Amino acid sequence: MTETISETPAPAPDPAPKSPGEPLLDVRGLVKYFPVKGGGLVRRKMLNVRAVDGIDLSVAAGESVGLVGESGCGKSTTGRLISRLLEPTGGTIHYDGNDITHATRKQIAPIRSQIQMIFQDPYSSLNPRQTVGTIVSSPMEVNGIDPEGGRKKRVQELLERVGLNPEHYNRFPHEFSGGQRQRIGIARALALQPRLIVADEPVSALDVSIQAQVVNLLQGLQRDMGIAFVFIAHDLAVVRHFSQRVAVMYLGKIVEIADRTSLYANPHHPYTHTLLAAVPETDPDKSGNRTRVHAFGDMPSPINPPSGCRFRTRCPKAQDVCANEEPPLIGIDTLLAGHRVACHFPGPLEATAKAEESMPEERIEAALEAGITTDPE
Amino acid sequence: MAASTDTTADQPTGKAETAKKAGAPARSDGSDAFLSVRDLRVHFSTDDGVVKAVDGLSFDVEKGRTLGIVGESGSGKSVSSLTILGLHNREKTKIEGEIRFDGRELITMPERKLRDLRGRRISMIFQDPLTALSPFYTVGEQIAESYRRHLGANRSDAHARAIEMLDRVGIPNPKTRVNDYPHHFSGGMRQRAMIAMSLVCDPDLLIADEPTTALDVTVQAQILDLLRDLQDEFGTAILFITHDLGVIAQMAHDVLVMYAGRSVEKGTVREVLKNPRHPYTWGLLSSMPNLSGDVDVPLRPVRGTPPSLLAPPPGCPFHPRCDYADVVGGERCRTEPPLLALSEGRGTACHLSAEDKQRIFIDDVRPLLG
Repeated sequence: MTETISETPAPAPDPAPKSPGEPLLDVRGLVKYFPVKGGGLVRRKMLNVRAVDGIDLSVAAGESVGLVGESGCGKSTTGRLISRLLEPTGGTIHYDGNDITHATRKQIAPIRSQIQMIFQDPYSSLNPRQTVGTIVSSPMEVNGIDPEGGRKKRVQELLERVGLNPEHYNRFPHEFSGGQRQRIGIARALALQPRLIVADEPVSALDVSIQAQVVNLLQGLQRDMGIAFVFIAHDLAVVRHFSQRVAVMYLGKIVEIADRTSLYANPHHPYTHTLLAAVPETDPDKSGNRTRVHAFGDMPSPINPPSGCRFRTRCPKAQDVCANEEPPLIGIDTLLAGHRVACHFPGPLEATAKAEESMPEERIEAALEAGITTDPE
Repeated sequence: MAASTDTTADQPTGKAETAKKAGAPARSDGSDAFLSVRDLRVHFSTDDGVVKAVDGLSFDVEKGRTLGIVGESGSGKSVSSLTILGLHNREKTKIEGEIRFDGRELITMPERKLRDLRGRRISMIFQDPLTALSPFYTVGEQIAESYRRHLGANRSDAHARAIEMLDRVGIPNPKTRVNDYPHHFSGGMRQRAMIAMSLVCDPDLLIADEPTTALDVTVQAQILDLLRDLQDEFGTAILFITHDLGVIAQMAHDVLVMYAGRSVEKGTVREVLKNPRHPYTWGLLSSMPNLSGDVDVPLRPVRGTPPSLLAPPPGCPFHPRCDYADVVGGERCRTEPPLLALSEGRGTACHLSAEDKQRIFIDDVRPLLG
């Protein structure tokens, strides 16, 4: 079942895309549990942090899909599973028609070059002892690729492409600012002409004025080179700007996924409402007039997530059914095709705001209490 | 370097304001400038030379109002707040200027006297609640500590006060939670505990240095709501430091934009965010994506990178990144540091003429802001 890679001999340097309708990346029921030691002095139970708990996601060639959610929702883990830096606990990952879910190092080698990552922290993701030239050429070296004109020439082209001076080939990472370092990381990701880039919070460590430079650079790469992106970020405005489709995650699940226009203009999951309402807008007029939906407390622990719908402990619309049945991620008749929501009572923002007004005080207290502790019990 | 001896501060206005205040005893009427910083310069000596972290900064914070200081990393916003509380390294730091709090000069105040102010009349909320709280003491003990130190309360009164404060900042079951350690709390709850700690003595001035930067947006919204409610209730003056213009829009009454250790624009939150007049503020606003703008309009970043504070550019520190230095013409932006001339609390440190600023904002910048 995981041997599918060997069936397609050497997809490496220039794999022709498969049938056009088929997604480049197709993830089904993806699960990742991290075992941790639980409480109890004598008999320590092994517990699982359910970081990713069954998500479906597909990315077409050249498309950018955004993953948003708060810290601990499993968005970064998802990114690392897709690029196979982590071994999935369950589910399947198909890349370009091949099952790579449990592919071995050897099996995945030809695909590795096509899936690249850009990391959040430009300070820790570059080796301080290597020159920029070494850093950017190392993917070529590892994969034994000798581009026309030599690696050095290729590295200089890449540096130029990401807006760095190609003369700076021999400099070390500490000689660059944060934004420039992120560009080095991008040049490295481009070295093997990838078809899919998993960008994990690529701009969140950067200053506002620099953030936009990097977003524009990535956007240019996506457009000019047709690279597909899985763009992971907590900043909803950046994701909206960069991704054609957006998935909202909460405690290891996708709770809502849609085309960006539909998601931001017509969100239907109460969690998406609270997230969007919490984004501080720079326009003092807009921030005053918006319908506010409040989030109560913090996210509960992913070790022992709430039964049924995971958002129910903080949700103003929650009813008994939410505790008993997990809502499936399904389409809704009134919404555009492809807009799917995992909620028993999906509805527009106003409905959630109205439900919040009549939310009993005990439930608010309970929500605060549910999210107070970070400890595994 | 001759430029740096010149001042970018609002000298004329500043003097007038101080003179006006000299007549009335500060603080008596509650509307008076409660904290007043004049031409503050903070220079650190390092192995590589002198870092001019803050270079001629002036502002006022009134009771019951929030002044937001916004700027990017290295703009000097945190340094200025640490200097107010005397939390800088005294051996390596050279400080000039005035910091007057409730009529008293803080820069020359001896450490012993400062200690009586810290936590009592001026307190601070830091960015990272996990490192700002001690892991060895319960949350309750940490809240009670400054109450006992400053108000001489006994153990049980202070404990009761800690419970009251936890309740006030929205922590459920405060009677139980007061005995928890910080690691028992989630990030948002820790920040609430830190706010409880900073407000336990009813301070007059609260300095919040990026208090929500480490938090998720939904939790950030809760903390901002809480701070606003507490300010309404206690009339605390707040100095709110952040890099996030969105947070400024939610929290601040007045805004000061800092760049390379200087103030470049000042005004009410509406003036600065709806009608910005400085090219750097334009750059910040147009480089931020928002939730409703046209996604096909590319972001317009500020080009280049912030200057090194070891050798800031001569003239206007922003000129190497500014798109409009040529509009001013000649060498003015490159040689002459612009002054932040204030009229009724509003002003920019920029050589562009008022007409140019108006025209450029309307033609070039506003269409980008969605």
